[in-house]
Amino acid sequence: MRISLFVPCFVDQLYPNVAWSVVRVLEGLGHEVVFPESQSCCGQPPFNSGYWDEARSAARVTMRAFRDAEVVVGPSGSCVTMIKVFYPDLFKGEPDELEARELAAKTHEFSSFLVNVLGVTDVGAKFDGKVTFHDGCHGLRELGIKSEPRALLANVKGLELIEMCEAETCCGFGGTFAVKYAPISTAMDEVKCASILKTGADTVVSNDSSCLMQIRGMLEQEKSSVRSLHLAEILASK
Amino acid sequence: MSGGRAIILGRIREALRNNPAPRPHTSHSQSEAAADHNGHAQREWLPKVGQTLPERIDLFAKISEGLTTEFHRVPTITAARELLVKLAAESGWKKIASHSHHDTDALLEGINLPVVRTEKGYAIDDLESCEAGVTGCEVLVAQTGGIMVSVESAGGRALSVLPPHHIVIARTSQMVPDLTAAFEHVKQKYGTKFPSFISFITGPSRTGDIERILVLGAHGPKRLTVILLD
Amino acid sequence: MATQSADFQTLSRRYTADKGFRAFIQKGLSGYYQKRDQNKANFQDWQGARDLAAETKYEAVNHLDKYLLEFEAKITARGAKVFWAQNAEAARDYILKVAKENNVRSIIKSKTMTSEEIHLNDALEKQGFGVFESDLGEYIVQLRKEAPFHLVFPAMHLTRGQISDLFQKELGSEATDEPEKLTMIARDVMRRKYCEADMGISGTNFAVAETGMISITENEGNARLTTSLPKIHVALLGIEKVLPKLEDLSLFLPMLATAGAGQTMTCYNTMYAGPRQPGEPDGPEQMHIVLLDNRRTELLADAEQRDALGCIRCGACLNVCPIFKNVGGYSYGTTYGGPIGSVITPHLRGLKDWKHLSAASSLCGACTEACPVKIDLHHHLLQNRRNGAKASPSPAEKVAFGGFSLMMGNPALYRLAVVFGRIFQPLQNLVNGTILDPLRAWTGSRKFPTLAPQSFHEQWKKERGGKP
Repeated sequence: MRISLFVPCFVDQLYPNVAWSVVRVLEGLGHEVVFPESQSCCGQPPFNSGYWDEARSAARVTMRAFRDAEVVVGPSGSCVTMIKVFYPDLFKGEPDELEARELAAKTHEFSSFLVNVLGVTDVGAKFDGKVTFHDGCHGLRELGIKSEPRALLANVKGLELIEMCEAETCCGFGGTFAVKYAPISTAMDEVKCASILKTGADTVVSNDSSCLMQIRGMLEQEKSSVRSLHLAEILASK
Repeated sequence: MSGGRAIILGRIREALRNNPAPRPHTSHSQSEAAADHNGHAQREWLPKVGQTLPERIDLFAKISEGLTTEFHRVPTITAARELLVKLAAESGWKKIASHSHHDTDALLEGINLPVVRTEKGYAIDDLESCEAGVTGCEVLVAQTGGIMVSVESAGGRALSVLPPHHIVIARTSQMVPDLTAAFEHVKQKYGTKFPSFISFITGPSRTGDIERILVLGAHGPKRLTVILLD
Repeated sequence: MATQSADFQTLSRRYTADKGFRAFIQKGLSGYYQKRDQNKANFQDWQGARDLAAETKYEAVNHLDKYLLEFEAKITARGAKVFWAQNAEAARDYILKVAKENNVRSIIKSKTMTSEEIHLNDALEKQGFGVFESDLGEYIVQLRKEAPFHLVFPAMHLTRGQISDLFQKELGSEATDEPEKLTMIARDVMRRKYCEADMGISGTNFAVAETGMISITENEGNARLTTSLPKIHVALLGIEKVLPKLEDLSLFLPMLATAGAGQTMTCYNTMYAGPRQPGEPDGPEQMHIVLLDNRRTELLADAEQRDALGCIRCGACLNVCPIFKNVGGYSYGTTYGGPIGSVITPHLRGLKDWKHLSAASSLCGACTEACPVKIDLHHHLLQNRRNGAKASPSPAEKVAFGGFSLMMGNPALYRLAVVFGRIFQPLQNLVNGTILDPLRAWTGSRKFPTLAPQSFHEQWKKERGGKP
């Protein structure tokens, strides 16, 4: 399959290794991965703050970049949600509404793509460690992703998965919420990190880098030894 | 005096005119069920109820236990009377209240206690000082482990809630499977001449308002006893 | 910044800093989660029940005039009076009028958030009427001169010690740390009030159009007593509370109990079809229904968010909201807090002053998932943000996002921004976490990630050549 890679803006700038992990896994399964370089940002930040005109401008760049894509895959529940769930709303009544719907239909989150489209749950990965999984809210509640990451992690050799009590509780990132309402965001981060530490896991994994930024930010501040990795990085490790 | 009736109705009609709302995201097609309204659609989703009377009585008994409802099954009215006398002695009742009704009359026959009767009206302080209230009921609901009372079947509004111990005498023929059946019963019995008060009672009064800790007997009865006659 | 928004920031900062308080709230909710899940599991299909509830409320709300008129006709035929109150003032004035005309001295109330909304107690007390809240939680916050903390659990923020102190101070009772003893103290006080009150004021959970009944859901029995003994019963309800058929209650009563309190059924669910009818031995001689608009019709007119009028005030959304759990009920500064409050308050009290509640959310969607009538709560928060940005855009944000979009649409600009970012980062590291740090909202509690020396774009270009 010819898979067009969608790299969210902060994966691009902060965590490029996550994107490379996706490439390695997909190429390892024998697929061709292409990266339309004109992509930049899905438009979520202005959209979430209510500036939908500005969001449409950014979104159109994304739509143009993937116009000829057969299928689009990205390692972020929140950014894929933006495209799959919110582009149809954002472009309702606009001249490019149809194009928005078409892109929405052909875009997938990475773990969902592997399990539900490719029918793959074992990518031949190996990772020694006790892992707990954080369900990013967008992936969980907008895209219905819950079992897919777990099915994939179950087949990673050497990995022991321990569920945390607050797996489905929001980490508190929420985009600009994290700075606009920093005390609340911090409080939510505290609850999440406490739940992670309670599992005794040495690594926390998620399918959303924005959540990992929030969680990692606090774990490192507290000088915790718990590592945080993206699901793609686990699946790419041998 | 109707206040802003015309204004509010006007606002409502203006708000709804040519302004349809998106339908809810429902995975099952419930719109037909909701529009059709034979009242049975909910039976598909609500908790299961047994098919036979013995199953329903068992379910009722099981739920009662969880609610701290004192549930007694007795074979005869004589046995029911004995049970009541025992309760009276244990609790040291000095005065109880009841109403005239086929089953309560039979239950209280020969009881050696003053009984305040409510069916023709009563003094509030009189009722307030009774230690127990004895009533009938409309139906028992297996699905919820509760009883349904009304003005007629429970001697008014206050008799089944003011005295601290509520005793209900009922027959197995009054057991209905679920709330839907209870409402059907109400419609069948009363047509459109409803009593002004109908209530589902599901266990003794309770509150969790202090640190979410369960306390029985907040304002209503602290004890609920259901005596089920065959 | 509007005062309400600033107040929210201040209060939420205060409450989130109190870890003990947050843990206390969390502990209080943990029992609810367990019982709620047990009861949901008892349903043959909880999701199917939600669908039917959502459709039933859709039918009711989208034909609101029809069902309100049917309800009015049926209940007035049995002697009740129905008053249509356009706003809070009209509702208060009517209730005051009824109290005055009937020489009422003492009033007993059962739980009604609608009466909080219209500030009824204040108005009654100012006119010299004694008002007693009979619900234990409401009574407690009334004595403390506080608003209810939560839609359903008004006093969940207080410890038994605080309640004991309160009763000692206000009622002269003995100190005790036993919830049972504290409850009995309140019970004894209230018993007298029920017997002496001239008027009982209640809320309404559902108004049934088909049979002309109001339905009240409770656990304590105080609503039943409030509506049995006093000679006048006033029932307050928002116009949206109407349901089409009596049988709809067989769905809504268990769902309200499950979602709201983690119970199969609450202890008392009572249908009132009018004042005392001829031949009945007790019950109020007069029944007054006060139907309240108070800008609900504005929410009705917003077709996109109209489903929010289907709310059954169960509080399930509050109970799962991570914002609510960490900031508590008082931070919202308005009658209805939590997700539902954040959605409807801009409609009921003004978008400009209240849109910040819609911004104070990470949009996690737990509320929408929990709502028994499937209100699209978290998407409505997004819509409020859009409506707010359109109506009163923040100049700073408009410039920032305009610039953002410009940059994202222009690869050269984007690359330039990245270059600046890489220059800026070491400088930011120097002032990290200090008063000079522009990122300190983040860095105060979390480490800020380092920009990658090369972006994925740059790496791909290097490793895969010019090929896309």
